Parts: sequence; C-alpha cells; structure tokens
Amino acid sequence: MTIASQSPAEALVAAPLRPAAPPPPPRRRRRLSQNRWGYAYVAPFFLVFGAFSLYPFLYTAWVSLHRTSLSDIDGGTFVGLENYRNLLQSEFFWNAARNTLTIGVLATVPQLCMALGLAHLLNYKLRGRTFFRTVMLMPYATSIAAATLVFAQLFGRDYGLINTALEAVGLERIDWESGTWSSQFAIAVIVTWRWTGYNALIYLAAMQSIPGELYEAAEIDGASRWKQFLHVTIPSLRPTIVFTIVVSTIGAVQLFGEPLLFAGNGTTSGGSSGQYQTLGLLMYQQGWSNFHIGQAATTAWAMFMIILLVVGLNAVVGRLRARADR
Amino acid sequence: MELHPNVTIKQNTVAQSAPYYKSLQTRLAAGSGLDDIQGLEIGFIADVVANHADAFVDFGAEENAEELEANFYDWKWGQASSQDGKVVGLGTDAGPEAMCFRKDMFEAAGLPTDRAELGELWSTWDEYLEVARRYEASPTKPADSAFVDSPASIFSASVYQGETAYNDEDGNPIPEESDGVESAWGYASQAAAEGLTANLSQFGDEWVAAFPNDAFATIACPAWMLGYIKSQMGEDRAGVWDVAPLPGSSESAANWGGAWLGVPSSGKNVEAAKDLVEWLTAPEQQVKLFTRTGHFPSSPQAAEDPAVVGHVDEFFSGAPTGEIFGKSAAAIKRTPIGPYDTQIQEAFTTALTDIASSGTKPDDAFEDAIKATQQAIGG
Repeated sequence: MTIASQSPAEALVAAPLRPAAPPPPPRRRRRLSQNRWGYAYVAPFFLVFGAFSLYPFLYTAWVSLHRTSLSDIDGGTFVGLENYRNLLQSEFFWNAARNTLTIGVLATVPQLCMALGLAHLLNYKLRGRTFFRTVMLMPYATSIAAATLVFAQLFGRDYGLINTALEAVGLERIDWESGTWSSQFAIAVIVTWRWTGYNALIYLAAMQSIPGELYEAAEIDGASRWKQFLHVTIPSLRPTIVFTIVVSTIGAVQLFGEPLLFAGNGTTSGGSSGQYQTLGLLMYQQGWSNFHIGQAATTAWAMFMIILLVVGLNAVVGRLRARADR
Repeated sequence: MELHPNVTIKQNTVAQSAPYYKSLQTRLAAGSGLDDIQGLEIGFIADVVANHADAFVDFGAEENAEELEANFYDWKWGQASSQDGKVVGLGTDAGPEAMCFRKDMFEAAGLPTDRAELGELWSTWDEYLEVARRYEASPTKPADSAFVDSPASIFSASVYQGETAYNDEDGNPIPEESDGVESAWGYASQAAAEGLTANLSQFGDEWVAAFPNDAFATIACPAWMLGYIKSQMGEDRAGVWDVAPLPGSSESAANWGGAWLGVPSSGKNVEAAKDLVEWLTAPEQQVKLFTRTGHFPSSPQAAEDPAVVGHVDEFFSGAPTGEIFGKSAAAIKRTPIGPYDTQIQEAFTTALTDIASSGTKPDDAFEDAIKATQQAIGG
C-alpha cells in the first residue's frame, strides 16, 4: 500500500514552506491517485472474489426469497421469507441439523484429541521423524471422493472388510449403513482419518515454538512428562487449539461429500430414514435432486448463520476464558 | 457419413442420467450451450414436456408427423407429448419388464426352472411372493441367498401395472391415491417385512457386488437391465440366468426406463439434426439397437420385425427375449408420468429399505415415504 506514496514526514516538511499555495486536493483523492498501482495489483483478487464469492453470496440470498426451480432460476416468484419459515418447520431440516451436530461431535472431538497426542509424540526426538510427519499428512492429500469410496466398501454390509474381520473374531456383522449410530460413526471415522494428521501438524508447529526453558523450569520443579504436557504444552497451544476448533467446526457444518458418497448409489436422502443426512446434503438434495433452488439457497444461508453463531460463541467463550485467567 | 458429406457428428458420452439432466437444466435456464441433439430420459421427459416444450422442435408439427407417430407405440409417443400436442422428441428404446431368475439357484431350492412354467406359477404378484416363501423355506437353497435383490425391484415393476403410477392424468403427483402405488406397496412391503429380499439398494456398490456373489435368485428386469446383468456376471457365467414373464403380466405390463432424442429449436443445425434423429429412431435402426445392445425398440414395427421376435439371448439360457419383451411392450398402457417420478420412486424404495433393515412398520414407512414425496415436490 505504500507504493508511490509520500512519506508523512515529507508531507509535513513540505507544507509549511508554501503557506500561500492553493489548498491541496482532498487527502483521499490524492491517496487514490498516488496509490493507483497498489490498487491495480490487488484488483485481480477482488475481481475474482467479487465474481465467485461476493456475487454468488448475495445472489444466493436473493434466490432464497423466491420459489424457483433449477431450470428457471430467474423466473421464480418472490415469496419473501416463506422459504425460511418452511425450513424452520421442516422436520427434514431439524433431522439434518441434529445429524450434522452429532456427526460433527463424533468426528471433531476424537480427531482433535488424537491430533494433540500425535503432535506431542512427534515432538520427541524420534528416529525417522520426517517420515512419520509426511505419512501423517497423506490422508489430507487424498481426495474426499476416493477416500470415501474406499471406506464405503470397507463398511459394506455383505462384502465389507470390517464385517469380515468382525465375523472372523466371532462378532456379529453390522449393517453400518442402515443404523443411525453405526452410519454416523462410519462417516466420523472417514472425517477423522482425513483430518487428524493435518491438525497434528498444526499443533506440532505450534509446539515447536514453545520455549524450551518452560519445560526445563517445569522439570526442575519436578513435573512429570504428563504434567508438563498438561500445564505447559496445552496452555501455550490455546490460540492454536481455538483456531483448529473453529476450522473443524466450519468443516463439520459443511460436511457433504462423505455422507453423499457413503450412500454408494448416488441417492441424496442420507440413508433410508435420513439417518446420516447432513445440512450440506440436504441443501444438495433440495437443489439438485428436487430442483428447488430457492429452498437450497435458504438452507445455504441457514448454514452460514449457524457457522457465524458457532464461531461467535467460540470467540465469546475464548474471551471469557482469557479474562478469567487474568 | 457417405450420404451426408457436409455433416460431421460429434458424440458426447454420458455415464449417468442425473448429472446430465442437471447440466441440461442449467443450459435450458441460460438458453445457451445446448447441443444440436439432446437425449431425454424417462426420468425427466415429463418435466421437459411440461416446462420446456417450447425449447424443442415440435415433431408433431412436422409435415411427416403422422408417419412419425405411426413408428412408435402410442404410449411412447404420448409420453413425449405436451397437453397442447407438442412432441419434444422421438423415442429410442423402451423398458418393457420381465422377471430374470437364476436357474441354478431355483434348481437347488427345488423350484421349477422352466420359464413358461414359472410364468404360470407367478401369474400374479401374490403368487410370486408364495414362490419367494417356498424359496426362503427351502433347506437346500444356496446359503446366504435371498429370493429377490430388493423390495425396490418388486415396487418399481408393479407400480406401473396400475391404472395410475405416481400421477393423475394431468401429470400431478398423487402417490397417496394411486392404485399402482397401493398395490405395489402392498407386495413390496410384505416382501421387505418377511425378509424375502436381500435388501440391497439398487445400483449401490453392494448390489453390484451381489450379482457375481449369487446373493439373490430373481430380479425384475427391464430389457436394458439384461446388458447390465451380463456385464456384472461376466461372460463365463452364461446360462445361469434366464428370463420369465413378469408377475401379473397377463393383466397388465410395465415399462421402466427408455429415452427420446430431442432437437433444441435454438440449435445451429436444426434441419440436419432433425434428419439425424428421424433416422436414428426409425424402426430399422431400432432393430439393430436391440439385436446388438439389447435395448428394446419403442417402435412396434421394429418389435415385430422377425430379427427381434426371433432373437434369443444365449447368455440368458437361450431365452427368447425378443418375444418376451415384445409381448410386454405391446401390452403396456399409457400410464401418466410426471416431473417428480424419480424422486417419488426413490422416496418409496428407501422407505421399503427401512422396513427391511430397521424393522420399521410398513404403515409408518409409508408415512415417511409420503413425507419425503411432499418434500421432493416441495409445496
């Protein structure tokens, strides 16, 4: 932003020398013209952002006020907030919201705990540390579709590897897909598998910036490794943990690819009784299976509100904690 | 093309109907990006007829319209016609239904294996369920096998045997009042509740894997399903499957599937496209389509062609598929179709799955299906 701009000091020195000069053009305009290259350089980002983020965002809000179909998006009738009212009264919405919450908790909590543990282990001086760190990030580099297709087969009722293994050790086969908890567990496993390594790496990076003296001091005080982890590592990681919780929460609210592909036959109902339909999947079903684009836009906005709410709550809780600590 | 030196045909291959339809819809909405010829599948032809008839060339208004109409079964022509008589496309294949069965598994279970005899034995769906109970009770049936792949198999076939399926005459969804839905639900929910099915979800991974693993002994099969079964089983398993008439077919036949070719009127080469569509859907070409790929003609002239009538399928134990499907196709009534048939069918078949997998009471499952239907139609 400082390209081609006068430094404030220069401006101050220059001004008193010519008191009779005509008043300078308004500061804002001069800034604009003097910084034009800066604006030119950032313009492409904002153009792309406008075309592919801001415009769709506002257009989605506009569409959500209409009753309209996919093949005639601009020809809908304006219905005001009716879509929102219907959504709040729809048991499909509440079912999806509940599933999103339970799958989110099932996937996020163990995931972050495991990531923290893994990061702690990898922070020790281990032989082949780089190898482990790379391997850990591999699931993250796998496409959701590929991973889910493989997991869906592993969790298959008749020919799945997991059921074969269960049977081999004398347990009963589980119809993973048709049960509520079993299907949500299976989807949570896919999410956990994919994101644990990613979060572990973030934790690891933060851990490495914790000064070693803290640990030394703790050791002198006679703290065990576990106590060190609890009283040195975790408090130092708090901002990072908050960050990962926020990012995981957003991911959990938007969960879509896993439940869609887990069904295995392209249906969007999220199981025979909607037992693993998430908000993202509901939105897709409304828009692209049932072609009610207005409803889908409404659900999209509801998801956005939920994310804002959850992230806001997170911030408030974080601030209260910080104040309590002071 | 020797006869049309100026014409080059570029063909796109589509794997699945659903994503194709989505892109077709967005292109119709945008009014651009349409190809000179667009395939129209039974799952969405009703929507195109009701909402986008103006975007397509009206074959009913062509000079040779009467001639063209005579090329097709009246129900096939009718499904592509709007209320004011516009015809958005010409028919390619049709999906007359039969019942495919595993000869070897029937034999093991002590059931008859002669296709004509079976046709008699299950002349109604109630009798078919009786045969299913006999199969399930048989101590010698192949272990871990079920009589039929899914309740959906029974439902999707029998629903079109009613006077109405999902819609009234005007194409408005009436699943609660339809006689086809009522009777189909009765048969399919019985089968689901009694555990006569393998309870697979059709076209899912496990369903696909179930074919070579001999997990079920029958499946309601539209003509196009035969090619599918063949590719799942592999050529070396020829002779284990056979084809018998569909239960209830003496009273009423059923059609599942089929497609049309339409010409968007905004296209660049409308005249050439019309010529090509007329040629592609003419009876002679439909005969070849059946004898080569197994897609059954939507033209009675083609269906009555000796090459079709006399066609036997070696993979299916030499079943006279041309004759079986021909009889079925000739008996199909014009059941009104609507824009939400795919979604409604999915609502009912998932509810049936729920009966079989979670023990939901059929009445409750029916309620669920109706709710899902209402959500799909979206008041």
